[in-house]
Amino acid sequence: MTAEPMSAEPMSAEPMSAEPMSVATDVLVVGSGAAGMYAAIEAARGGAHVLLADRSLIGRGGATIMAQMTVAAALGEETPDDWQHHYADTIAAGRGLCDEQLARLLCQQGPECIRELDQWGVGWARKNGHITATMAPGHDRPRCVYVDFINTGPAVSKTLRTVMARNQTIRKAGDLCIVDLVAGDGEITGAVAYHLGTGAPVTIAAKATILATGGLTRLYRRNSASTNMGGDGYALALRAGASLIDMEFVQFFPIGHLAPRLIGMDPIMWDPFRYKLGGQLLNGRMEEFTSRYGSDEDGKYVLTRDLATYAIFKEVEAGRGSPHGGAYLSFEHCTPASLREAFGPVIDRLAANGIDLTRMPVEVAPIAHYHMGGVKADASMSTEVPGLYVAGEVVGGANGANRLSGNAITEALVFGRRAGRGAAERAKRMALPRLRAQDARAAIDLVCATGDARKSFNTAAAVAQLQSVMTDDVGPFRTATGLQRAFAEIRMLASGLGERPPGHGASFDLERLEWFDLRNMLAVARAVVESALNRAESRGAHQREDFPKMLPQWQVHQSVRWRDGELRVSGAPAAAAAAALAS
Amino acid sequence: MLKIWRGSERDAGRWEHYEVPFEPGQSVLDGLRWLRINKDPSLAMRFSCINANACKECMMQVDGETVYACTARLEPREMTLTPLPNKKLVRDLVTEVAPPSERFAIK
Repeated sequence: MTAEPMSAEPMSAEPMSAEPMSVATDVLVVGSGAAGMYAAIEAARGGAHVLLADRSLIGRGGATIMAQMTVAAALGEETPDDWQHHYADTIAAGRGLCDEQLARLLCQQGPECIRELDQWGVGWARKNGHITATMAPGHDRPRCVYVDFINTGPAVSKTLRTVMARNQTIRKAGDLCIVDLVAGDGEITGAVAYHLGTGAPVTIAAKATILATGGLTRLYRRNSASTNMGGDGYALALRAGASLIDMEFVQFFPIGHLAPRLIGMDPIMWDPFRYKLGGQLLNGRMEEFTSRYGSDEDGKYVLTRDLATYAIFKEVEAGRGSPHGGAYLSFEHCTPASLREAFGPVIDRLAANGIDLTRMPVEVAPIAHYHMGGVKADASMSTEVPGLYVAGEVVGGANGANRLSGNAITEALVFGRRAGRGAAERAKRMALPRLRAQDARAAIDLVCATGDARKSFNTAAAVAQLQSVMTDDVGPFRTATGLQRAFAEIRMLASGLGERPPGHGASFDLERLEWFDLRNMLAVARAVVESALNRAESRGAHQREDFPKMLPQWQVHQSVRWRDGELRVSGAPAAAAAAALAS
Repeated sequence: MLKIWRGSERDAGRWEHYEVPFEPGQSVLDGLRWLRINKDPSLAMRFSCINANACKECMMQVDGETVYACTARLEPREMTLTPLPNKKLVRDLVTEVAPPSERFAIK
């Protein structure tokens, strides 16, 4: 396999030179969460030279590192299990909209990936020599493996980073922000990036490109993932001519921490303790309320995410919320000893934040957590555009209208591995990368564009404003009026953004980065809003107050494409088998 | 009150003073994020996970002590924020914290 070797030692920078620095690789992987890292490892195993680019540090940003626990896979080590049971649960949770091929791949190959990570020393929790699995809402049996109750994601991330470090054919490039994919003769031939540390443009010629940039939780004010998850992969794919599907389905995690202020802990931290101790979800009057919405918890944690989110929102709307506009989560019925056993050192971290669970409840509220929608791909992770592959949360459709808990890391691993394999196979068939300078010109011009920061447009404030718009009008509960208001606001923000980034290519210019982020975030926000406005029914994570029923005629995947400067939304019926299984 | 070192060369920096609102329980990173949104988006800093202390990107010095901005408490007094002294300076509070094998070799 041929690819120009790239220099390994850091050198001094000359930003904004006339000709951008260019590098070549067999496979370009964008994003270094679990999906990107597994893709890189698998592509290298397939004989490819890999460039793994991340806009922040390698293996530190994204969602994987924030995942605290539960990776769903039908290992069947403790309790008999089969991938088909996992598949049935995934399809049922997806409310008739799972892409069957993708859901099947996820469930079928999950155990293999879990076992490979085990061999790599991730340290899955074991009991009596078996990898142990816990019960999670929506699963028919204990199926969710973990490392420990708050460190599963960091352990997965660290393991993959360590495996990559042993591999000489994977080059890692932190602080490298991909601005646009480059297309020539109908296929993706690479990408244009800029180096955040110096502001310098970079052209990357690649035989195959894998997008593994994660979801779009940054579009919302309160979210459970890293700040670099603003839907970059969706926007890159959209501009490159690929379709996005199911963009209206944003999953909210029902019990994100709300109050009192808690630092040094992930806001979804309460989930593991609900698995262990149950805990009581109470409204502002300290009454149990989930039974009013069709699910009696009875001290156990069985409520699916969409139902719990719905129940909390409805209590708040009825004036029965907690002081900060959520619900109470109480462990006051637990003994100090059982709390200490379940929470371990976390009890001390809570104490440092003034929280004593034996005496007080905390406040929780739904928080943007995951995106079911994404780039349309087949079971080989190829998109409609030759040369472009996707992995992890960038992939749309596997989880339908609502993701089952535990499936996110599994899909990162399975889809990452599959994309890496496919990309390496494509690279093997090609002699040289085919990127032509003229195809990269427009993106390079954009990266090299300079301009004064407009006093009237604060990029950080614009991001915050977009987050407010999305939270207020494009949350889990939607109306035509609210969605139209959001649509108008997004248009206004887009016109304020202008055609060119501010700044002069200085080192670590966050305003410039935010300009490129907003360019992506606004495009993705529009895709979500337009899809949500079209879908005149309620299903899974998409609840329309003005169309409260789930309707059989909406058993449809909506796709969004970018054509002639406009978004085009169209629909196609979902496969019949998924529909039957979910009914 | 945050006193922040700004600049892209160690010996040619300047101090800037910002008033940020204080709420008990907040982190220094909360204050910096407020500052960028409400006062000065040109301030360079590194952060990713915001609150979880998972990404370890927001390392800096507060009053001469190396901390994570996401877990250091904001206090109602003047706090002095400087970039890590033992790492290559990039700009303002940002230093080169990635191991060499994970940096892009720009030329």
